[in-house]
Order: sequence, then structure tokens, then C-alpha cells
Amino acid sequence: MIQTFAFYLFAVLLIASAVLVIMARNPVHSVLWLILAFFNAAGLMVLVGAEFIAMLLVIVYVGAVAVLFLFVVMMLDIDYAELRAGFIKNFPLGLAIAAILLAELVLGLGAYRAGAFELGTPSGAAAPVLDRSNIESLGAVLYRDYLFLFEAAGLVLLVAMVGAIVLTHRQRPDGARGQQNITKQVRRNPDEATVMKQPEIGKGVEL
Amino acid sequence: MTEFFQSLGMSYEAAWFTATIAGILLIALPVMLAVAMVIYVDRKVWAAINLRRGPNVVGPFGILQSFADALKVMLQETIIPSAANKGIFILAPIVTFTVALAAWAVVPFSAEAVLADINVGLLYILAISSLSVYGVVMAGWASNSKYPFFSAMRAAAQMISYEVSIGFILVCVVLFAGTFNLNDIVRAQEGFGLGFINAYVVHPLLFPMWVVFFISSLAETQRVPFDLTEAESELVAGYQTEYSSMAFAMFWLGEYANILLMCMLNALLFWGGWLPPIDWEPLYAVPGIVWLLLKGFMFFFFFSWVMATVPRYRYDQLMRLGWKVFLPMSLIFIVVISGYLMATGHFGAAA
Repeated sequence: MIQTFAFYLFAVLLIASAVLVIMARNPVHSVLWLILAFFNAAGLMVLVGAEFIAMLLVIVYVGAVAVLFLFVVMMLDIDYAELRAGFIKNFPLGLAIAAILLAELVLGLGAYRAGAFELGTPSGAAAPVLDRSNIESLGAVLYRDYLFLFEAAGLVLLVAMVGAIVLTHRQRPDGARGQQNITKQVRRNPDEATVMKQPEIGKGVEL
Repeated sequence: MTEFFQSLGMSYEAAWFTATIAGILLIALPVMLAVAMVIYVDRKVWAAINLRRGPNVVGPFGILQSFADALKVMLQETIIPSAANKGIFILAPIVTFTVALAAWAVVPFSAEAVLADINVGLLYILAISSLSVYGVVMAGWASNSKYPFFSAMRAAAQMISYEVSIGFILVCVVLFAGTFNLNDIVRAQEGFGLGFINAYVVHPLLFPMWVVFFISSLAETQRVPFDLTEAESELVAGYQTEYSSMAFAMFWLGEYANILLMCMLNALLFWGGWLPPIDWEPLYAVPGIVWLLLKGFMFFFFFSWVMATVPRYRYDQLMRLGWKVFLPMSLIFIVVISGYLMATGHFGAAA
């Protein structure tokens, strides 16, 4: 009973917040609804027993990605009238994309109903491993059966990361200006940072 | 507890539901009380270090000071700035408070006294603590005011930065324990050091990680020297500037509940949790919760001690420490610890 109730609660909240992501006028509200949607998705994952995936969803998407979204969106200076003006112009394009997505969904559902498709996965990979915890079974699949693919994926991500840094990194023309030299700052002591002067009356100090 | 409610004639589901609610109250209410007392302890410790008396008027030794403050705050008027984004402005303290309490669900107070003994306990804590940034960010944005907004941006950057290194440090502990379950991590520490010390911290590879974890937990809970989100000399009161009354109090309660949680985590992950410090039979007669609380409050004393003695960091120093010192260090330690465990044959679930 509690499971059914929890499922409908999470599912309804998930769909409602997903709708509100696109309906909200304020982009910050959109991001907050998106976070609620992620959260409810994690709840659904817990219900089907995939607690590890649920926690990863919260840590990665809610804890890191959505914070960065919020960070960027918060700083936007948005003119709502201007946003509204683009709506009519882009409406046909949006409609076309929506139609394509709907067609794909219907097609996908039809294909799923038509029966399983032979993907060439090794037999036994799909067999449920019930005596081990989520983490152990995932680890066994990722680090034993698909180790090479997993490392290749990691390498692709590394290249993407290095690429992003290379694209945004700019060498300052005049060397290291604007950078902090921590060693120099730490090694500064009162003797060299301050000077004691006793100026005569009526005369200034020359530094 | 489910069995107890079942013996009262309830069905299993109803009994489970009641038991969970009772468990939540059994944890949340003492935590709230502990927060009130801990604020008092905090002020007393600062006072002692600064050669002052601290709160000493309300009740014996001023022990009721926090309750007097709470009463005062409750009677204040709730002010919502007219330019604020009302819904989010009200939601922000609620989020901070709820998230701070939710993390306590997986904390094992003794071998049996844990509300949710789940396999991914440590990940749950990591997930919940990554949520605590939202309260601050929402408060800062919704206030529609300059200083809270600066504070929110600082908080977002700071918490993401330190979460990364905390995550890697937790991986080191998990490598040694071979599990994400907090109770099992505590059990794995039994007789770990030289066969009689119940703590991970005595290991030469884990001691530096504990130091990094302690400093990161100061940064994660935005305590001095990393309290740049509410640096009063720069940002008035940071994200709390526009808040008054209960909303303000909820920020405080949430903040101190988070600090207490971090103290408990220090105790659980590195100092043997509810195990007695030394693996000696008579010490096990003392209930586990006493050991855990003793260790937790020792770390709380460390937190206050740091607060009373250390000046605030500059923001770029904070970022440098997180990304250029702690992150590479914890990454190197993961490699070294994995290598050590492989070499000594301690890998796998049996370790």
C-alpha cells in the first residue's frame, strides 16, 4: 500500500514539476522545478531498488549540475517582453520538433511491443543479480565485463575536459599579472612589510 | 521498533509506518535540543578562549540562554521585503532546515539505533549535504538584494569545490572498509590500529586524509575560517541579511545541525563511531551512543576552538586550498591507498 502510494506520489510530482519547468515564467523557478523533478526521479529509482543510481542522480545532477545551472541562470538579466516576442517567430520550429519527438516516441513504443531486438549482448549480462548489493553488481559489470568500454568512456570525458580548458584558457600577454603568488604572501613578515618612522614635527615621511 | 507496534495489534505496514515516524521524532527532537545546547557551548568556549564570561544570566551558568534567544526570535515580526521573490524567500529557510535534519536518518548511534540502515548510507549523506547549498542560494537570490546575492554565489562555488575533495576522502575510507554502509564502516574499525585501537585515523595513510576531511568539513559547513558567505565585515550578514524571526532561526538551527552532523561523521568515519576507543572488553559495557556523542562533541569543541583562534581566509585562498591543494592530495591518496591495499591483500569485501 505504502509502495503504491509512494509511486503515485513521486510519479505525479515528477510529471507536474517537469511540466512546470517549461511553464514557469521565471527561469530561476524553472531550474528549481527541474531540481524537484530530479529528486522525484531519484525517489522512483529507490522504489525499484536501484538505490545506488538514485544517490548518483542526486549527487551528480542535483548536487553539481543543477547548482551550476542555478548559478548561471541567477545572474541572467532577462527582459520578459523580449522573450515573449521571439515566441511567435520560433513557434513553427518548436511545433515541428515536438511532432518529430512524438513520432519517435510512438515508433519506439511500437517497436518495443513488437518484441525484443537482438543487440548482441552476451548472455547472462541481463540476468538479475539478487544476492549482491547494487554497488557490487554494477562494479562487477563495469569493471569486469565492460572494462575496456568503461575506460574508453573515461578517456573520451578526459579529452573533452582538456579540450574545454584549452578553449577557455588564455595566456596573459604580460606574464603572470593578476595571479597570486602564495609563497611570497606567506613568507611576508612584519619586518619587511612595515617600517617604523619617527618624523620630525612639520616634516613629512619619504617612503 | 516495528515488532513492538505489531505486538499492539497493528498490521505490518501500519506498524512500520508508525515505527518510522516514531524513529524520526526520536532523532529529530534530541537533535534540535542538542543544537540549542551546542550553541550555548559554542559561545561559552569562545568566551573562555577570549577571557570573557559568555552567557551567564539566564538559568544556572546561563544554560537556558539559547531557549531565551529562541523565544525572543519567535515573538519577532516576520518581515518579507516587498521586492523579494516571496515563495522562494519563504522556502529557503525551510529547505535548509529540512535538509539538515534529513541527513541524520542514516547516522548509526549504536549498532542497532539507526533509523535507515541502508547500503548506500555514505552516498546518502553526500547527496544530502550537496543539497544544503540550495537553501543558501535560494535565500540569496530571493532576497533581491546585493549582499545576500554575493553570499549565495560564494556559497555555491565554495560548497561545490569542497564537496569534490570530501567525495574523494570518503572513497579512501570506503576502500579500507569495503562498504558504503555506515554501520559496517564502524564495525570494520574494530581493533584496526595495532589490534587494539578502534579507529581508522591511526593509520599513517588515513591520518592526513582525516586532517583534510576535518578542514573540508569546516569549509562545507561554512565555519570560520571559511565563513565567507556571512563575512560580516564584507557582506553585512550574508544570505541571512533580509531574514528575521523564525526564518532566521531556522537558518541557525539548520546550520548548527549540519555542524553537528559533520562532527558525527568525523567520529564515525575516522574515530571508530560508537565503538569504544580501545578494543578492551569492559569498555564495551558503556553504551555505543555515549562513545559516539563523546567523540562528536570533542570535534564540536575543535570547531569552536578553530572559530575562536583563526582569522578568516581570503576568497581566492579558499578556492586555491580546495582545488590546488586538497583535490590533488586526495586524488594521490586514493591511488596510494589502493596500491597499499592491493599490496597487502586487504582488497575485496572481506577487508
